[in-house]
Amino acid sequence: MATQPTAATVHQEPTSFWRRYIFSMDHKVIAIQYMITAGLMGIIGLVMSWLMRMPLTWPGESIPIAAKIFPGLFEGGVLRPDAYLAMMTMHGTLMVFFFLTAILLGGFGNLLIPLQCGARDMAFPFVNMLSYWVFLLSCLIMLASLFVTGGAAAAGWTAYPPLSAVAAAVPGSGLGQTLWLIAMAVFIVSSVMGGLNYITTVLNLRTQGMSMMRLPLTVWALFVAAIIGLLAFPALFAGAVLLLLDRHLGTSFYLDHIVVGGQHLAREGGNPLLWQHLFWFLGHPEVYILILPPMGIVSEIIANNARKPIFAYRAMVYSIIAIGFLSFIVWGHHMFVSGMNIWLSAAFTLTTLIIAVPSAVKTFNWLGTLWRGKLRFPTPMLFAIGFVSTFVTGGLTGIFLGNPTIDIQLHDTYFVVAHFHIVMATSAVFGVFAGVYYWFPKMFGRLMSERLGKLHFWLTFLGMYGIFFPMHYLGFMGMPRRYYGFGLLQYLAPDTQAIQLFITISAFITGAAQLLFLYNLVWSLWRGKRAEANPWQANTLEWQAPSPPPHGNWGEHMPVVYRWAYDYSVPGASQDFIPQTVPLEQEPTGEHRRAAVAAPELSGNGEAHRNGG
Amino acid sequence: MQAGSVHGVLFAVAVLVLVGIGVVTIGDQWWWLPPVASIHGATIDALFTVTLVVTGIVFILVHLLLAYFVWRYRARSPQQQAYFYLENRPLEVVYTLVPALTLTSLIAVGTRAWFRIHSSPPAEAMPVRVIGEQFAWRFQYPGADGTLGRFHPRFISEENPFGLDPEDPASHDDIITTELHVPLNRPVVAYINSKDVLHSFFVPALRVKQDAVPGMTTRFWFIPTQTGTYDIPCAELCGQGHYIMRGQMVVESNAAFEAWLAQQPTFSTMVGLSH
Repeated sequence: MATQPTAATVHQEPTSFWRRYIFSMDHKVIAIQYMITAGLMGIIGLVMSWLMRMPLTWPGESIPIAAKIFPGLFEGGVLRPDAYLAMMTMHGTLMVFFFLTAILLGGFGNLLIPLQCGARDMAFPFVNMLSYWVFLLSCLIMLASLFVTGGAAAAGWTAYPPLSAVAAAVPGSGLGQTLWLIAMAVFIVSSVMGGLNYITTVLNLRTQGMSMMRLPLTVWALFVAAIIGLLAFPALFAGAVLLLLDRHLGTSFYLDHIVVGGQHLAREGGNPLLWQHLFWFLGHPEVYILILPPMGIVSEIIANNARKPIFAYRAMVYSIIAIGFLSFIVWGHHMFVSGMNIWLSAAFTLTTLIIAVPSAVKTFNWLGTLWRGKLRFPTPMLFAIGFVSTFVTGGLTGIFLGNPTIDIQLHDTYFVVAHFHIVMATSAVFGVFAGVYYWFPKMFGRLMSERLGKLHFWLTFLGMYGIFFPMHYLGFMGMPRRYYGFGLLQYLAPDTQAIQLFITISAFITGAAQLLFLYNLVWSLWRGKRAEANPWQANTLEWQAPSPPPHGNWGEHMPVVYRWAYDYSVPGASQDFIPQTVPLEQEPTGEHRRAAVAAPELSGNGEAHRNGG
Repeated sequence: MQAGSVHGVLFAVAVLVLVGIGVVTIGDQWWWLPPVASIHGATIDALFTVTLVVTGIVFILVHLLLAYFVWRYRARSPQQQAYFYLENRPLEVVYTLVPALTLTSLIAVGTRAWFRIHSSPPAEAMPVRVIGEQFAWRFQYPGADGTLGRFHPRFISEENPFGLDPEDPASHDDIITTELHVPLNRPVVAYINSKDVLHSFFVPALRVKQDAVPGMTTRFWFIPTQTGTYDIPCAELCGQGHYIMRGQMVVESNAAFEAWLAQQPTFSTMVGLSH
């Protein structure tokens, strides 16, 4: 166990504005920087999705307002087909990596890991700062690609070669695709720096008494997500470098004798499936990087607002670990119809459906936590139970797609779009919203407006279902994804156009509802009700620090932990929550039901859960 | 009433309404899969239905529980006490094992069907090569010798846009078309290639989908069971014209098929090969 740095040994509190707020090494400031940057990327991605809806809903029709705002993408008032593909590609890329990954790991990881572990800061504050600035650089490169000749990358967020390898294959496959690959590589560098910090901090900087099995589930989820990222992202880095070599130095990793635009490319021996393996070796763990932290956030918020211990804490921890492990061996389910060996497909089917088991266990545990609780419904709780609903809906459709036989029909149709948007765009985003509403008072010392928050929840909850649930119907009918228009397809029922219109209206309402959220953020920063240190009456450590916590978080004395994070409504206790810092002599604990608890554990080491076993 | 607890009631109602909409629209098949037109397609549909029923039950049950708990246990009075409850080992074991066993059964039937669909095609199956290119499908029939001539993009030239090997005698009598005609009730084995980028040979009505990968040949065999004309959209993003890359498959009687095929020129006449 590394000894905790004291207030003196942690980096000095900076005094200049630049050092304090811009080039800051304070994890809380870096968290806010990540959240703002990622949030902006999310807004850009959202606007892109609106643009994509236009030709789908009103094929061939002129939309003068949009054409006026984005003259480069429209022709005769209509979004061009190549611009559609560029928007689609950039929407996926921005949302998956630059919004969700960045806000969950960079934002919530930075904010919560040191505070909930009881550390003064991250293990490597300078690397942490560097991670943010490198991330910002990757954002700028990615955004710059929107303005180059030929437009942004247009080969999909999955960037399958040869489309992404040969400039003549699609308009965006010129400089746009090169910048896409460079931006992704830079992003991965940033995420590795972040990941090393998160893992090291959780392992080494937990405060006295904070054994691993006393960590709140948020930290467990972020910890495992960081490990997944650290191990999976480098595969994509390697893949991106190889693709750059194929594009610019004439290698043949992914190419074998193709003819594009009448031009014969004499490359030999490569195979596009190699990219698919490398991409999805990251790509699938990536979706668990995006869903584990929301699962942790939701667990925390449900326990707090049910005023009950999270049901089956240990099962929750083990399922997080199981998901983390299994996430590495399911990637082939993206490739059932790719030409991959059929035995390999069968193996990936097995692992894919197995990973549904820990996810199911977690869902039942959330229900178990709600059962016989005393449920409060502040906005974070609404988003948390909204998460449970959408996670079930989106998770179940994965059982169709994980079955290779059914996937033959559903692969690359709107059914897939529905599936992953209900899990990623809805559940994971609900986790983000729940987290922002819940920890805003800790970050800024003020509560967000509940009225606006609830309105925001209802519009978003119903709106998201309105957007993505009907996409299942389109998928049933066999509507292929990544299509600019469907005019040629005879087999689609004529009323698909009515469904498209319904989806688009839902999308515009839901998108507009996010303005309420932005307004609430800004309004609450200045006008929000002042928050006390522990407005939710929660147990975890961050609520023992002032709101907002000072530089170094804990003042003179480090917090000492005597109990787990879920002592809610313990019989015999004086109130329905007991912070982790309250000694066992003062209040009883429910931590180890089957064994008497003796003295508080004074080593913060992971081996300390001697009673938990 | 505690502040905010009205939202628990609202949430319960909203969830019930949403589940109701889902159950009605899907249970009543308001929008559905295209009518199936192949033998293995019926298997896929059967599995789809089984999975829909299983997941549907879970979807309804979990949402009913969620709605009930949120409504029933909303904070109503300051005296209300949350029930301190940590875990329940037998219950946890049950709700780990039941999903595990259910999923195992689905895997078992799913992979069995998967291996049957991808088994070796019957000997009498008619071979046809499907060639994807930006943004069209072409189809190569073996001709009188029953053998498909060699295909490779390096043979593509202005005179020979199809990429068949002019040196391969098997290619001379081959027939290249832009429409895919197949006889009813006869196994067809499609060998799928691409000239340029990835494509995916998708016939929604026949439940056929297999990527066309440059540099390798993929295979999918099927038995059409309904006559008709079916769309062949490309299902793998292939460039700016991806959305207009659509071919047509005509399933017809054997006589009609033979008559159609006899009218098509052979490869050697098309590219002017001299013998």
